[in-house]
Amino acid sequence: MYEPKIIGYLCTYCSYPGADLAGTSRLKYPPNVNIIRVLCSGRVSPELILRTFREGADGVLVAGCHFGDCHFINGNHRTAKRIPILKKILEYAGMEPQRLRLEWISASEGERFAEVVEEFTETIRGLPPMKEVLR
Amino acid sequence: MVSVGQHENIEILSFSEVEEVSGYVGNFEVKVRKKARYVKEELCNGCGLCQEKCPARNIPSEFDCGIGSRKAIYMPFPQAIPRIPVIDKVNCIYFQKGRCRACEKLCPREAVDFEQEDRILDLEVGTIIVATGFDLFDCTRAPQYGYGRLDNVLTSLEFERMINSQGPTGGKVLLKDGRVPQSVAILHCIGSRDENYNEYCSRVCCMYSLKFAHLVRDSIGAQVYELYIDMRTFGKGYEEFYKRLMKEDVIFIRGKGAEVTDVAERPREEGKLIVKCEDTLLGELRRIPVDMVILSNGLEPRRDATQTARLFGLSRSRDGFFLEKHPKLAPVETASDGILIAGACQGPKDIPDTVAQAGAAAAVALSMMDMGKWTLEPSIAQVDVERCSGCGECLLACPYKAIELVEGRAQVSETLCKGCGTCVGHCLPKAITLLHFTDEQLVAEM
Repeated sequence: MYEPKIIGYLCTYCSYPGADLAGTSRLKYPPNVNIIRVLCSGRVSPELILRTFREGADGVLVAGCHFGDCHFINGNHRTAKRIPILKKILEYAGMEPQRLRLEWISASEGERFAEVVEEFTETIRGLPPMKEVLR
Repeated sequence: MVSVGQHENIEILSFSEVEEVSGYVGNFEVKVRKKARYVKEELCNGCGLCQEKCPARNIPSEFDCGIGSRKAIYMPFPQAIPRIPVIDKVNCIYFQKGRCRACEKLCPREAVDFEQEDRILDLEVGTIIVATGFDLFDCTRAPQYGYGRLDNVLTSLEFERMINSQGPTGGKVLLKDGRVPQSVAILHCIGSRDENYNEYCSRVCCMYSLKFAHLVRDSIGAQVYELYIDMRTFGKGYEEFYKRLMKEDVIFIRGKGAEVTDVAERPREEGKLIVKCEDTLLGELRRIPVDMVILSNGLEPRRDATQTARLFGLSRSRDGFFLEKHPKLAPVETASDGILIAGACQGPKDIPDTVAQAGAAAAVALSMMDMGKWTLEPSIAQVDVERCSGCGECLLACPYKAIELVEGRAQVSETLCKGCGTCVGHCLPKAITLLHFTDEQLVAEM
């Protein structure tokens, strides 16, 4: 049975503790997201995301702080500009833009994290595995 | 507070506001605006003559929640430190109409100075403790309780000022028409534990509500009804205090007050405030006629908490209070090194807990200052000068202005760089990398 593999880039100060909170609150969410902690969502470059897909990720989730809350002041502003453009490029290149998702999750939003993972996993499950797309 | 004011190592900047904060732990630069109070602090000795003689009277006193009044030149409350008055420009006859100046004429030390101006102070500090406190839930948001519309519906703070012996009524509990109430209802959880307002529990209200019940029974012997959901008397001696109240003939009704009305349905309700509630232990709806209603309103973040958070780079938790680094292991630290929080601005709490947190914040600040050195995170950006094209994209991207162009190539300042990696996200030739978070390392985690 196809279990999608999703890579989640979570920022250290907001979304990662948010995911932590989901854990300590014992919330149930699908185990398909592999979390990679970065210091700020601004670290996630378009090339890194493309490389992530090339390495076989079926979906990429980028999560950062809400506007105004970025620990590094405006790293999330950069991310907010990059991701929509990248999605357009993915579409142009023939890939489903839904494979890339950007979310703002704060350190206290454990439930939101679980919700997003649940939704995103379902979305990706409905798409063909990346392995077949790459072939 | 007096000993704080006299301590040689403590400088109190009162009537002042922080306007800008920059820098980093150990080296903060803080711009403070010391607002003009129109009284020379070096000359004033706090005698209070100006306050006595000022003709601009009957201005609602903020400290007394509008129940009492003050003059245009005033000390906010009798125990204010420094013991120096301030002139309220809006109500001062000289500032409004150009006449009077009585305070200036009468001051034996010639301390009144109408020409005084705001001053900007530039402070260099190593650590910052934010202890900006709370605001109370605004009861006009809950019109079902009649606050602001019906006479004799008071908030907790208004009642506190009324019953305080230094307050505007000298500690006498009085209705608006001057009579002494025969019955008082105290409604818990106004604005708290409520999906419509604030979901969290304000922690202090059960205890202060019981305190009010005790004081009412003690001073005027009126019948007291306490309408509660749960009794949160968790601290040292708190449960014992609750037991004591039960013996003082206070009527406890388990059921949150739903509505306060003055529309009487039967003769004994005429001229009274009727509290409607469900008594869950009896399983009945009740109408309780009383003379006075006290709303135990909850604690909220200050109205300007958003601006304060932006100023100091603080995050906020879901309830709006400032976010601590870790709820259990680092309750006074924040994600920004060197900036600490303490007291009610971090979450509702009572005096013993606030004092404990204040001590904690002071201890953390002291240990930082004692170390003299600060250990930086090793994950900082590094430039490969061979690959750098000098386009300057990273300079623009950096939120901390930590990158400079030196000889046409980017250079990262190791102290200013916080390691966010935004520059890495921007760099096209991939000349800048983030140590310990390189692309290769991240890919290896997959």
